[in-house]
Amino acid sequence: MYVPAAVLFGIFVFYPLLSGVRISFTDWNGYSQHFSYVGFDNYRRLFADANIRTAFINTLIYGIGSTIIQNVWGLLYALLLNRKFAGRTFTRAAVYLPVMISGLIMGYIWYFMLQYSAGAINDVMTLLGLPRVDWLADNHRAVGFILFITSLQYVGQAMIIYLAGLQSIPQAYYEAAQIDGVRVWSKFRHITLPLLSPAIITNVTLKLIGGLQLFDLVMALTAGGPGLSTHSLSTMINYLYFVSQNAGYSATLGIALFVFIMALTIMVNRVLYRKEVEH
Amino acid sequence: MRRRMRQFGLPVLGLAIACLHLIPLYIVVSVSFKRMTDLSSRWHFPNYFYFGQFHDALADGRLFKAFGNTLTIMAVTAVLLVLIGSLSAYPLARIRSRFNRIWMSVVLGVMMVPTLSVIVPLYGTLQQFGAINTFWGIIAVLTAFNLPLCIFLYANFIRSIPRELDEAAKVDGCGHYRLFYTIVLPQLKPVTAAVLILKGLKVWNDYEFPLYFLQKPDNMTITLAISRFFSDTSSNFGAASAAAVLAVVPVIAAFLALQKYFVAGLTDGAVK
Repeated sequence: MYVPAAVLFGIFVFYPLLSGVRISFTDWNGYSQHFSYVGFDNYRRLFADANIRTAFINTLIYGIGSTIIQNVWGLLYALLLNRKFAGRTFTRAAVYLPVMISGLIMGYIWYFMLQYSAGAINDVMTLLGLPRVDWLADNHRAVGFILFITSLQYVGQAMIIYLAGLQSIPQAYYEAAQIDGVRVWSKFRHITLPLLSPAIITNVTLKLIGGLQLFDLVMALTAGGPGLSTHSLSTMINYLYFVSQNAGYSATLGIALFVFIMALTIMVNRVLYRKEVEH
Repeated sequence: MRRRMRQFGLPVLGLAIACLHLIPLYIVVSVSFKRMTDLSSRWHFPNYFYFGQFHDALADGRLFKAFGNTLTIMAVTAVLLVLIGSLSAYPLARIRSRFNRIWMSVVLGVMMVPTLSVIVPLYGTLQQFGAINTFWGIIAVLTAFNLPLCIFLYANFIRSIPRELDEAAKVDGCGHYRLFYTIVLPQLKPVTAAVLILKGLKVWNDYEFPLYFLQKPDNMTITLAISRFFSDTSSNFGAASAAAVLAVVPVIAAFLALQKYFVAGLTDGAVK
């Protein structure tokens, strides 16, 4: 019963990972029959490369930044939408709907929002009497928009998981706190938050793994530009392979990304599990 | 004051939040129906429905082809994920052993492998098999990379099913595989719905793998076809927006029809 999965993992995951390590020690260009082994050259180059450093910092912003934003934002939504009011179901569906849409298409849609001449956001600027802005021309602003758009799109996922978490907290705890006259903030701090820890762990892990691999939104919105300033590590791998035709170097970055994501996810999980509460 | 807040404040806030998240969709629908010559703001929904851009988007037939390709890939991958995922999860859920603990961490490890980090060598692997530009190649890759989450979900679910039925069947002389397919599998409907929805969506929206492994125009999937619309030098943004709308509509329709299962699928195993 283990065989089909083991075969698939072996051929399509582990074998490529190993041959990736091999390719990372070469100067292969991606298509030629000829290449030579260059030892640790690619790795040395990786640590000195300013473009890689930029992509790495961007990846931290996209990954860790969106993890924090989506968890806080999603929890606020969940707390709000856990209360009964007219139109609650509609709001939940509207927040969750964009999660279904491909990040690539979302990126292209946002292009209609951010364009200079006909963009929807610049129309609002004009309406407010402000000058039009070329939103994606400045690299810091472009990185900020990518962070915002990915958070806006996927916050619904965090919200749904937090809602399920909130609904699994026994009501009796709140009733007891009510009798003892516990304040709203203390209730949140000492009942809600600790008992949400499984949902927090799930959300943080999901968002970290997703955000650190961000690819399609960047491809659609900026394709790494202006210059190479908004690349994530994933889009950088693609750039090095397709555009600079430097498969050896690209594979090196791939190995580095794999090790980095693995290490960070395991570390964060260790910390979070230690804080988990049983009930 | 408090009651007032509940009666008016919360619904208004809820509506504002809903609008914030629906704006991009509103804008793309507005652009897709608006004539290119209509230079009014994109916020201004046209007071006519112009289908010319939808016609442009579908005219050369590539988008239809892409829909067909994506559906094929999605259907086969989903079936494989259900069959292999549930089968692999069964012993994991039932037998506590050192081997199974290690195997489970291997499965979780595979879940964390970033797609792009193996894409260069994976391209080489597929080339060795002659699987570039074939459907079976991309189906195999998609199955391998989406399998871990399926195994994880199935294993969690099977653990919650009582063992008595298994054991009764075993006493009656039922073999392992027969036991699995006739006794266990039929009980897995809820989690199967979750797997089909989560993974169907994932495959429908997948971009990285087809970008590398399906480069022939005839083999294109929807995401590739859409990106072609936007990146062509002679970009017709009207047609591009229409194509984007056409790609999103089936997803939204499926979501509205199956909302209950979508939400259950997402939260199953997440908070337990």
